[in-house]
Amino acid sequence: MITVFPETDRKYIYADRKDEPSLKMNTRGLRSQLKDSVPVTGLCPQAGPYGVQDSLRRGFSSVKNELLPSHPLELSEKNFQLNQDKMNFNTLRNIQGLHAPLKLQMEYRAAKQIQRLPFLPSSNLALDTLRGSDDTIGFEDILNDPIQSEMMGDPHIMTEYKLGIL
Amino acid sequence: MATVSVCQYHPGGFSFENCKRNALLEADINKLGFSSPAARKTGTTICGVVYKDGVVLGADTRATEGMVVADKNCSKIHYISPNIYCCGAGTAADTEMTTQIISSNLELHALSTGRLPRVATANRMLKQMLFRYQGYIGAALVLGGVDCTGPHLYSIYPHGSTDKLPYVTMGSGSLAAMAVFEDRYRPNMEEEEAKRLVRDAIAAGIFNDLGSGSNIDLCVITKGKVDYLRPHDVANKKGVRTGSYRYKHGTTGVLTKAVIPLNLEVVEESVQTMDTS
Repeated sequence: MITVFPETDRKYIYADRKDEPSLKMNTRGLRSQLKDSVPVTGLCPQAGPYGVQDSLRRGFSSVKNELLPSHPLELSEKNFQLNQDKMNFNTLRNIQGLHAPLKLQMEYRAAKQIQRLPFLPSSNLALDTLRGSDDTIGFEDILNDPIQSEMMGDPHIMTEYKLGIL
Repeated sequence: MATVSVCQYHPGGFSFENCKRNALLEADINKLGFSSPAARKTGTTICGVVYKDGVVLGADTRATEGMVVADKNCSKIHYISPNIYCCGAGTAADTEMTTQIISSNLELHALSTGRLPRVATANRMLKQMLFRYQGYIGAALVLGGVDCTGPHLYSIYPHGSTDKLPYVTMGSGSLAAMAVFEDRYRPNMEEEEAKRLVRDAIAAGIFNDLGSGSNIDLCVITKGKVDYLRPHDVANKKGVRTGSYRYKHGTTGVLTKAVIPLNLEVVEESVQTMDTS
């Protein structure tokens, strides 16, 4: 049971049941973050492998669990690169005119297409060079490096999904 | 038949997979009366002061884990670049990783520009990173160095705000250290006077705050030279035991003694080299 207090300035969602952990989050900004960025259809689908609900890892399934992000930073981190790019393109448009971001975006799209097979990790070297992130180090290079991930998708299924013949 | 699923591409960086599970576990553990393990913090006194020729940074050396001292001699003054050093308070892992990342970024930046890095650059990089994570990275830093424009000192808070001041203190013992600074700071001090001032400020933090203790580390940065004095002063010496509980030889009387030799013969001898590759 979810109660929302409309008279307060910020919207808080509290869980009524005392034994369920209530993640008090300011959900006001969530809609703008969810709106036009990476499409999020269910942030955390309760199904584990084989399509069965995974109680051990994800807890009991509830609508609230699937809709709300599990950490206040999750959404902003998911969209961070997109938002940075948007901001930079806006600045560039204001300074140099419309042609500059258009040209750059064309080059970005071309560079994004340079990928290995869908189940292999790609280096994205051209894209990194364009963005200027080839001489910076952040947490995305140190933690959870996708090149060193222990799981790989099934090659046949991944290529079929990419080609749309699944 | 089992369903197969397509692996989504995860770009790397922080993963929030376990947050819900941790929240559930936290609630259950608290109901039973236990507490979850605490992160190692550097409940700390760190401070810095700008003097005539440069910057003096000081720090204590105690790292705590809840109510227990985890490390009696940890190093809180981190290297950022040859002319810039940074003291870190807050969660120990956060300060360590943050300063290492910024140090790497600054090195790459310096190679790209071909110049010695400036303290303002390090400050800007740190504040942008800490603001991005909205204070969840618990690192409170005192950043000091000497570059082409002179000596500079910044304090950086975990949420990403920074202050540029002639003298700063951070950490749980910051109030004690700030009291010493407010009393005795003057602009354009000499090096010995500045070192004495910082040493006294850290000592005030060590003796009046439970989260700080052990030795005092100093780092004196001038144009072209860095003196990393570790330890500069051993304020809390561990005591020496005055007595010994060992019994002297002959305390227990020997009644009988029987010696039985075990005759073993070598049957086979083989050498197996260790794989040290």
